[in-house]
Amino acid sequence: MKTRGKTFKYGDNIDTDVIIPARHLNSIDPAELASHCMEDIDKDFVSKVRKDDVIVGGSNFGCGSSREHAPMAIKASGVACVVAASFARIFYRNAINIGLPILECPEAAAAASSGDELEIDLSAGTIRDVTKGADFKAQPYPEFMRSIMDSGGLIEYTRSRLASRGAAAKTAR
Amino acid sequence: MGMTMSQKILAGHADLKSVEAGQLIEARLDLVLGNDITAPVAIREFGRIGIEAVFDRKRIALVPDHFTPNKDIKSAEQCKMMRDFAHRMDIENYFEIGEMGIEHALIPERGLVLPGELVIGADSHTCTYGAAGAFSTGVGSTDMAAAMASGTAWFKVPAAIRVVLEGAMRGWTSGKDLILHLIGLIGVDGALYRSLEFAGPGVATLSMDERFTIANMAIEAGAKNGIFPVDEKTRAWAASVSSRPYAAVEPDADAVYEREIRIDLSALTPTVAFPHLPSNTKTIGAAEKLRVDQVVIGSCTNGRIEDLRVAASILRGRKVAKGMRCIVFPATQSIYLAALREGLIEDLVTAGAVVSTPTCGPCLGGHMGILAKGERAIATTNRNFVGRMGHTESEVYLASPAVAAASAVAGRLADPEEIMKAPGHGAFTKAGAAAGAAAGTATAGREKA
Repeated sequence: MKTRGKTFKYGDNIDTDVIIPARHLNSIDPAELASHCMEDIDKDFVSKVRKDDVIVGGSNFGCGSSREHAPMAIKASGVACVVAASFARIFYRNAINIGLPILECPEAAAAASSGDELEIDLSAGTIRDVTKGADFKAQPYPEFMRSIMDSGGLIEYTRSRLASRGAAAKTAR
Repeated sequence: MGMTMSQKILAGHADLKSVEAGQLIEARLDLVLGNDITAPVAIREFGRIGIEAVFDRKRIALVPDHFTPNKDIKSAEQCKMMRDFAHRMDIENYFEIGEMGIEHALIPERGLVLPGELVIGADSHTCTYGAAGAFSTGVGSTDMAAAMASGTAWFKVPAAIRVVLEGAMRGWTSGKDLILHLIGLIGVDGALYRSLEFAGPGVATLSMDERFTIANMAIEAGAKNGIFPVDEKTRAWAASVSSRPYAAVEPDADAVYEREIRIDLSALTPTVAFPHLPSNTKTIGAAEKLRVDQVVIGSCTNGRIEDLRVAASILRGRKVAKGMRCIVFPATQSIYLAALREGLIEDLVTAGAVVSTPTCGPCLGGHMGILAKGERAIATTNRNFVGRMGHTESEVYLASPAVAAASAVAGRLADPEEIMKAPGHGAFTKAGAAAGAAAGTATAGREKA
């Protein structure tokens, strides 16, 4: 599946406090969270972001708090993918678990500028910077994480695992 | 190939003889934790799994500590959602206001985590329990939801950095200064995806409260967990909080570490992290003595009894500077009560500080001490990101309780040594602060000059 959108470029160590400030964590509504996404680092993000746009960050993207509200807000903003040089581990987990596509690719993260058109093929893990005419290949996901993503997220994955566990228990009886 | 302490705990909980760094495993959990910010999302996701009951009502802890006592109507609704779920699922370890404390001080205090155990929590500072020789790490709400259903979670087995501690700290230097120094040394992603395993003869010189402070901030170096070896102090602490049996784990002699860092504790001095990253550290001697508007003493990092003893010993007989707000948050009800009985609360209030009920409050810019544009706070908390405590143009400086209390007196960033030279009411030693627990008196920690 290919998506194409505009780049919003940020620096290193983008923390979850700037992705979604804690003052908005009295809500768990994705649309409401999205209406404040990135506001402490980029006041224009919410008004400018369009479906299939891409957030590009440097190293350690999503560091700090474990709040899943951060990837939830990004996903509900319509962002198709986050590309970064590296991700903080809880953000990485959360994104996989909720089905927000993320790609680790230091070269693409360094090359892209704000406003660049990025064409992303998630299943191939490729990033094309249309504006710059450059192609990049992201780190592949481990197979286990692919299986979570292919199930539709951790909830769906857990549901099917529990169902098969239950079936196995019945057979054992 | 030998395993690190973290790897051994993970292997044991996955029923595997051995694991190695990078391996993906599914492991059994001893405890699953959530708070009033993260649990509501987890409860919603749990509902989507479509099962009636949690995996074990005794192995889930729900702590309303972030926006409580409820700061507004929406927070109240989230707390209510968590409370209703706790009642419906008959969760044993739900802590209502009155029992509630800041989760990472409360969970160990209640004996809900012991050496060798495996804990995940939907809060990044869940890594705190490494102080007890447990493997504990922060996850998101969906992981929490899946874990409440299955009692398991997936892990990528981490490689480790070994931090060898030598010597002993001097003067006003404490565990907070050690962890700030380490984060300054390796950076906010210096331990990304890795375990920070503490070792060496210096470990024995650290109190349990200091170890909790140090493990708490492992996440600020990007670490998956921070973990301490189990020694006499750990065992004495474990016996004081629980009678449950536990199986302490030691690293193999031939465990593989990706990197080793040696720290001479005697060479450390009070350290401050300047905005806007915990790694942006300076020693107190090299730090500009900036004017400050607010001091916050508390949080899951530094709201324990020894922290309050140190703060009270500096504020005792002195006054919070005119125009300065000093807010103190004992981390749990029993810490609050101990501080009350030891006379620390009276010392703090007499000095002009305010003492709050336990809450995460201002640490994450929630409530109870939000900063205006251009304001500056010195806080014993764990993060100084842009806008963390309020306005995006406010600033947070991270420091120890000693530096925070000294700064409250000076009205600017200050070295405790400098403040204690001014006339006070008796000298104070850190050794005395630890001994105060046993003595439990108003003069605990003080040695008459």
